[in-house]
Amino acid sequence: MAGELQYNRMELMICLAARYLEDNATVVVGTGAPCAAAMLAQKTGAPNLMIMFEAGGVGPLLPTMPVSVGDSRTFYRGLMAVSMAEIMECCQRGMVDYTFLGGAQIDMYGNINSTMIGTDLQRPKVRLPGSGGACDLASLAWRTMMITPQDRRRFTAKLDFITSPGYLTGKGAREAAGLPPGSGPYKVVTDLCVIGFDDDTRRMKVESMHPGVTREMIEQATGFELLWAEEVKVSRPPTAEELRLLREEVDPFRYIIGRA
Amino acid sequence: MEVNRVGQGRLFMDPDVDRARDFFRHKSRRMANKVTTVREAITRFVHDGDYIAVGGFGGSRIPTALLHEIVRQGRKNLGLSGHTATHDCQILVGAGCVNRCDVAYVVGLEARGLSRASRRAFESGSVEVTEWTNAQLAWRYKAAAMGVPFLPSRSALGTDTARHGAAVEITCPFTGVKLLAVPALYPDVALIHVHRADVYGNCQIDGILVADVDLARAARTLIVSCERLVPNEEIRRDPGRTVIPYFCVDAVVEVPYGSYPGNMPYEYFSDEDHLRLWLEVEEDPEEFERFLDRYIRNTRDFNQYLELCGGIGRLQELRALEFLIHGVRGPGGGAQGGAGAGAPAGGAEGGEGPGAPGGAAAAEGAGAKGGAR
Repeated sequence: MAGELQYNRMELMICLAARYLEDNATVVVGTGAPCAAAMLAQKTGAPNLMIMFEAGGVGPLLPTMPVSVGDSRTFYRGLMAVSMAEIMECCQRGMVDYTFLGGAQIDMYGNINSTMIGTDLQRPKVRLPGSGGACDLASLAWRTMMITPQDRRRFTAKLDFITSPGYLTGKGAREAAGLPPGSGPYKVVTDLCVIGFDDDTRRMKVESMHPGVTREMIEQATGFELLWAEEVKVSRPPTAEELRLLREEVDPFRYIIGRA
Repeated sequence: MEVNRVGQGRLFMDPDVDRARDFFRHKSRRMANKVTTVREAITRFVHDGDYIAVGGFGGSRIPTALLHEIVRQGRKNLGLSGHTATHDCQILVGAGCVNRCDVAYVVGLEARGLSRASRRAFESGSVEVTEWTNAQLAWRYKAAAMGVPFLPSRSALGTDTARHGAAVEITCPFTGVKLLAVPALYPDVALIHVHRADVYGNCQIDGILVADVDLARAARTLIVSCERLVPNEEIRRDPGRTVIPYFCVDAVVEVPYGSYPGNMPYEYFSDEDHLRLWLEVEEDPEEFERFLDRYIRNTRDFNQYLELCGGIGRLQELRALEFLIHGVRGPGGGAQGGAGAGAPAGGAEGGEGPGAPGGAAAAEGAGAKGGAR
């Protein structure tokens, strides 16, 4: 084996996330890292992954990273250019397998805040954009993925506002609230580890730690108690081929991977 | 039917379908020439206090010239449908025209960062908000377009988004599942930019439609701006292309490059440099006021704004970018204005899209600007 490959944390997160997207699945993505992960998946294990954007773009042959989920790249040489309602209805109908979300705060059940910091919505300390399509996608897609750096401020015990539903308050809570059964958060890919959700409690459970990361580092970066898989693995680092595709074909101008 | 009023937010607009029918009954069906000027259209159809909805997708196919004219004429106390409102929100809220907003997505410019001026408005309490999602607002337009008072949906149940919205939880009379009923939204005025329209207002759009097909039908008054006026014969040659019929339309204005600095699919790409300038000047409220004066309030019309921003030369560059004439690399080598190219220093990283995928990932928690991580 040649010497160890060099990669940054953004490249690592994108490569790991891409491996979860299987061939012939459908995914609604935004711009940034999720889009890069979906494009990389198409060039590796999932050539027939169907990418959709919430504003109406379906199946584009993305020439570059979009700057907006509604810009013309999102349906460049696409299969269909339709409406936002049509994309969301496709999710509600049960035909969207994956989506990616991010947020200012995430709790142990995968609930996400992207609305505000503070206690008074009419006078928040920080006004954030709001749901956009995030709450819809988190409600309606089968599996919600997150790519996010991990730190205590972001991984917090209590959200200031639940913008988008994870497992709400635990097992059965989504179904009780009326959200479609069988849907919910799937994996959280951070710069330290990959986290899944425990079947019994629906709480975050660490599945693998990235090379060089310790349990202590992860606990330090988390504002709540994490569960741990019986056998916590070491995340399989990016391969030379994944890195080549990511750097040369997916993001040659380093718009995303240059932000690490 | 069991009903649970989960939403504590204020319902700004009346979802009464019969009052709406009565209004539409008296809306003119005359196939008259509706071509007018930007100034005249706003003078006549947009009034202080009106509730406005904007077509397109925030920074893509937006009616910028019409939005500028609202600012130029100093409209006040407008309601705004914050459906993927990015640059449009930045203009109207930033310039102080808005006092209430149905929020699905505001304040952010996706990967580009957060608008300081809009944030100041929302954080100071000068804009009253009710929370929604992009799908909910799209379905609210759709309900209005259908002429029904609400649509049932399965999104947002159990969230604070619903608790601070104005939707109502109901139980399905057929299957017993819980649903969220989102009320019809009939805006007073919709502003939509299209590729082509004839003088009567029959419109064609190329590429994604976002929510504009339903919005055009939901709005009591509809002002259309178009890249090009075309003869009625061009509409009739391919009626399947007509997405908005003339009888929904009250005014037609021809505004070439009317979505600038937004993207216009198959015409020109967004001007990321100019959008970055907006974000920069907003950091200082006084500088932003001077900027609004210079670029909007004291300009004669939209053409003068285009000239201030580099005129035909710049627009040619944006056309080349849209068509990837020089490949993905662009004439300068990499200056394609793609995600992140336009990001402010420090990175609007992860600003993945109106909400979706990451909506506010851009929004690093406690207020760091534009999502610097």
